[in-house]
Amino acid sequence: MRRIITMTVNNRPGVLNRITGLFTKRHYNIESITVGHTETEGVSRMTFVVNVEDERTAEQITKQLNKQIDVLKVNDITDQAIVARELALIKVSVTPALRQEIYTLIEPFRASIVDVSRDSLVVQVTGEPEKVEALIDLLKPYGIKEVARTGTTAFTRGSQKTAASYKTAFII
Amino acid sequence: MANMKVEEKRAQKTKMSGALMLIEALKAENVEVIFGYPGGAVLPIYDKLYSSGVFHVLTRHEQGAIHAAEGYARISGKPGVVIATSGPGATNIVTGLTDAMIDSLPLVVFTGQVASNVIGSDAFQEADVVGITMPITKHNYQVRDIQELPKIIKEAFHIATTGRPGPVLIDIPKDMTTMEGEFDYEQEIHLPGYQPTIHPNHLQIRKLVEAVSQAKKPVILAGAGVLHANASKELQQYAEQQHIPVIHTLLGLGGFPADHPLFLGMAGMHGTYTANMALYECDLLINIGARFDDRVTGNLKYFAPNATVAHIDIDPAEIGKNVPTKIPIVSDAKEALKELIHQEGKPADTTAWLAQLNEWKKQFPLYYKNDVQTIKPQKLIEMIYEFTNGEAIITTDVGQHQMWAAQYYKFNKPHRWVTSGGLGTMGFGLPAAIGAQLADKNATVISIVGDGGFQMTLQELSVIRELNLPIKVIIVNNQSLGMVRQWQEIFYEKRYSHSLIPNQPDFVKLAEAYNMKGFRAKTEAEACEILKQAFSLDEPVLLDFHVTADENVYPMVAPGKGLHEMVGVKPCDESLQ
Repeated sequence: MRRIITMTVNNRPGVLNRITGLFTKRHYNIESITVGHTETEGVSRMTFVVNVEDERTAEQITKQLNKQIDVLKVNDITDQAIVARELALIKVSVTPALRQEIYTLIEPFRASIVDVSRDSLVVQVTGEPEKVEALIDLLKPYGIKEVARTGTTAFTRGSQKTAASYKTAFII
Repeated sequence: MANMKVEEKRAQKTKMSGALMLIEALKAENVEVIFGYPGGAVLPIYDKLYSSGVFHVLTRHEQGAIHAAEGYARISGKPGVVIATSGPGATNIVTGLTDAMIDSLPLVVFTGQVASNVIGSDAFQEADVVGITMPITKHNYQVRDIQELPKIIKEAFHIATTGRPGPVLIDIPKDMTTMEGEFDYEQEIHLPGYQPTIHPNHLQIRKLVEAVSQAKKPVILAGAGVLHANASKELQQYAEQQHIPVIHTLLGLGGFPADHPLFLGMAGMHGTYTANMALYECDLLINIGARFDDRVTGNLKYFAPNATVAHIDIDPAEIGKNVPTKIPIVSDAKEALKELIHQEGKPADTTAWLAQLNEWKKQFPLYYKNDVQTIKPQKLIEMIYEFTNGEAIITTDVGQHQMWAAQYYKFNKPHRWVTSGGLGTMGFGLPAAIGAQLADKNATVISIVGDGGFQMTLQELSVIRELNLPIKVIIVNNQSLGMVRQWQEIFYEKRYSHSLIPNQPDFVKLAEAYNMKGFRAKTEAEACEILKQAFSLDEPVLLDFHVTADENVYPMVAPGKGLHEMVGVKPCDESLQ
């Protein structure tokens, strides 16, 4: 099962190493990691997407992470109403003749072209990982030269009450 | 008046070198002894140590230093302090750190490091010690700013000794030890990411009281958490009050008196029949400060299949890790037990259960067949037990001798048992005895080791001699790596691959080389004689006991089996067989 775990950590040298080391030691597989500053100086936020076998393993992960001195707070937000976003850059092989077609194709995804050259262009897309997948699939027939994805970053929504309606609301 | 104090404090913030800060911090922490080994990167620290008046023990290998610190921590309950130099000095303590981590021993370890400006250049004696020790320490630091050093040391002592204890390492680049900074050791510790839960949740306590009142077959499994919390008295009081029998893990031994009628013995792979059957049959299992190690539970599928599990542990991650737990209580063992003792509730009706357990105890005690022509290792431990009235501090390595010591030395008092449990480290017992003796100078300290493990750290005999510690080093010599040999006998068709060592050196001569008395025994009568001699001497003695070479440790739960599937259980009356 796929779990999204967010945490705040002290922004100190080696903290990322500490966390990923723990995942290796305990045999957990990381699908993606994102790290960045938060509104508080000296505190970073990490978002992990991990694949685990069962609930017990998911619980163990958060407990083990919590034991780290530099970890301030851990949240398994998988089952909450969340905003989860990923950014991807996709370099597509396109002749000038087909450019317009790509423009039309990416429009519903609210993606944009951020670089154009004679035989390729770079599409930037932001959204749920599923949306990113969908766009990549659509662009595949044109010939994808390179893909760079940031991995998911996420946190909980301001209001948790109407969780169900939110969950269906964030496609595109 | 208040202003005066502030003024005074300001005045205390004198400038000094990092090395001196370290010494001053150790004094502020009332450190009685440091175990260490000098080298290039820690020369400035050793220079300040020279005239500091702080007691330092020069072991003959860094591994000896850290195991000695572990022995010291286990007996005193205070943090063991270690200094090692950069590179090989630091990598030599890796085993000890891992050992202390898995057995929850408080250590504060200082390692030297190459100077900040050459870190990362593969300099002479450089190793990425912070990286290497990250998974085997509770926390570790590298000092990057001299102003941070006092705060880091203070935090290290706090982290090592609170919550679930563990080793904390501080890596100090050489330039940080010579650079000067303001020494302020008064500042308060602020660690928002580290707030151990000490007091139990009242609701969970009530749940446990309720479960006890309804239980017919309750049992307590007590681990080293009871000892770390100094909760032996409370454990006994609670067990007696509720009429609940007690089982110990290997590391918990001594937490509950071994001669108490409610004591069932040690659980696990080489535990007693009664303890293991009680764990299999119980309807309520109260784990206090044990972590359900695989050597205790056997195959989890058959572990306590009918029991409601309650687990008291200071480390929330241990609860529910291996065994599904219905009543989780995150707490210090002593706080939880105090709370439980004062709760109103009907004690369990365990009359029938205790009768059943007593019947098992009578029918299936620990068993071996004696032979006076040789020395049975079990008999040897029993003799040591009698000579010392069960009051000695016993340290061991890992293996057969460790299991026999655990089975046949009946610990009636807490903090007398120093063994490498979780990691199972050969070479642990001898240096650990040094630390144990320094922690309790009046105690009789006996290091029971195998002929294999002894040779991994025997250089520390030098230290025992030098400090004239009256430690009795007892080698259970079966001319083999006994536990390996035993497994090869049982599971590998007696193919004794590299486990037999028929040409062991003359350990008595070795003792002489270290300028200590050495004795050898090959029969029970000789064993009795040399033990008598050794215990009459107030000095270090090495005793080499040639025991029955092919003796096995029984009873045994084979790997993959449940606790109820023990082999080698024999009734005391052989006619019953």
